[in-house]
Amino acid sequence: MAIQVELFLQTLIAGILLGGLYALIGIGMTLIMGVMKIINLAHGELMMVAMYIAYWLFTLLHLDPYLSLFVAMPALFFFGVALQKYLINPVLKVDSILPENQVILTVGIAMVLANLATIFFTSNYRSTPVDYATKAFYLTDFWKNAPIELSLSFSWTLSFLMAVIITIALWFFLTRTDTGKSIRATAQDLDAALLMGVNVGKMRVATFGIGCALVGAAGCLFLPIYYLFPSLGGQFTLIAFVITILGGLGSTVGAIIGGVILGIFESMTATYLGMGWAPVGRFLIFVAALIFLPGGVASLLRKQKFGK
Amino acid sequence: MKKVLPLIVLVCLIILPFIGLSSYLVHIVILVITYSMIGMGWNLLGGYCGQVSFGHAAFFGVGAYTAGILYSKLGLSAWWGILVSVPVVGAFSLVIGFICLRLRGPYFALATLAMGEVLRVTSENLVKFTGGDVGILLRERTWVQKTWYYYIILLLAVGAFLLIKRTIESKFGYYFVSIREDQDAAESLGIDTTFYKTIALCLSGILTGIAGAFYTNYMGYIDPKVVFSLHDISIVTIMVVMVGGVATYWGPAIGAMIMVLLAELIRSNPGLGAAHQTLFGILLIFIIIFLPNGIAGDYRKVLRLFRAKKVSVAR
Repeated sequence: MAIQVELFLQTLIAGILLGGLYALIGIGMTLIMGVMKIINLAHGELMMVAMYIAYWLFTLLHLDPYLSLFVAMPALFFFGVALQKYLINPVLKVDSILPENQVILTVGIAMVLANLATIFFTSNYRSTPVDYATKAFYLTDFWKNAPIELSLSFSWTLSFLMAVIITIALWFFLTRTDTGKSIRATAQDLDAALLMGVNVGKMRVATFGIGCALVGAAGCLFLPIYYLFPSLGGQFTLIAFVITILGGLGSTVGAIIGGVILGIFESMTATYLGMGWAPVGRFLIFVAALIFLPGGVASLLRKQKFGK
Repeated sequence: MKKVLPLIVLVCLIILPFIGLSSYLVHIVILVITYSMIGMGWNLLGGYCGQVSFGHAAFFGVGAYTAGILYSKLGLSAWWGILVSVPVVGAFSLVIGFICLRLRGPYFALATLAMGEVLRVTSENLVKFTGGDVGILLRERTWVQKTWYYYIILLLAVGAFLLIKRTIESKFGYYFVSIREDQDAAESLGIDTTFYKTIALCLSGILTGIAGAFYTNYMGYIDPKVVFSLHDISIVTIMVVMVGGVATYWGPAIGAMIMVLLAELIRSNPGLGAAHQTLFGILLIFIIIFLPNGIAGDYRKVLRLFRAKKVSVAR
């Protein structure tokens, strides 16, 4: 019995830690989706780019992956701004039959990024062998006679805490600064924001940059606990999308909750059904959300607010 | 001219095996026709009805596995798969439609992408049923020569072409286009948009599934990574239609010709082989920015481009 409980709690903890990182990926996508009304299918590939930046900084300069956050985030911000300015904006102006052209464009960007990474860095699996990789906290260290034993990996915990800090910083940015408020206004109603004197074009560029920076941060946080290969982007793009559907399209709070739900659910399937099924579990929860809760968690929150 | 052109093309295609092409060239032509059939299926849903799917590998794979499982589990000829895949893929499309057609635009696109990926993972894990990563191998090929395969896929593709032409010229076609142009307006005019979108999805899925069943017979080997491939099936399908021309009858065929030839050229060049995704990606970006409606859709633009060049040369 104790072992069962231990396994369950351990899985739950792993799920929450994973969920915190997933949330960061999801927020980036949901921001872009809210402001620009397009899905960025190169999201996972941008994360891959950030991970390679952090990897090479570690290998060549021995910079800790957590510190390379301060290099990768600005780098990805400017990369995102450039993508938006020179590729996505021109397509918004082109007249075509299919409105989804921008989405297909991001697929093209994703293909180029993933393939270039394969050419330049080979498709080998890489990881950063940090010296604290095996360090962990144990429950028995703090509570001598604990009936069950739980462990908490040092790097997972650190990544999780950094993700929480970045999320809180983003929240302050979005609610307390003028730029943040303008971004939210653009997401809510583009025309009204335009009439109120918000520079919508600039906000679009900024949002794409911030979304890229966020996913870049997630990449740096994932690097010490995961491994890196050029085609890893696709699966994270899907994860980001499932989170945004779960959370409610364009809702930041929803994305956080969705991320945590997905993290817990995924680590549960991995423990109780086997690793290979985790992607299927991801999808099941996605289908369930579509059928039973089409508005995502955000619609539940809204109901709470206006219900009375 | 317009009425005679399809007949001329058809006659040329029928006599094609008699002019003594090498087996490799016939193989390329078969690939071109297979991809144009998948492209026609995608075009019906994506081009005419406006529902861009990123998961046509799902239908392709289900068709291919229907044929494969009939052979490996029931001991029937895999050719039955072409017939059986029609109801199987049809039923499967209804399920996908029920789930994904609740979403619009880009969200639908991503939901179908997820479908394709999930089917790949599922078929990798259901080892007892699908053989897992080992895949299914047909132990004996029906014909050594490729000529019969060529005629079968030609027949299927011509059938698909006529079916799509009939559908688009009937009232269904107008409903599809009205849904693409403005779904809310179509709904307010009394068109049951969900119903017609489901029809488009089923037709499109079935055509793709038949192509998949043919692929099993032709290649003699399938595994989840090949038939449910996101890049080699789903995205190449989109590119076939985007390059050729969205919402045109001939677009998929033109696009398939360009894409297959380009893929073969790139792969046969050792220096470029590794970079074929990059080149495809750049081509996709280029097409979207400069020829958003494809070669068949924007052929006037293409013509003007060539004419402008000639003029400048003359000067």
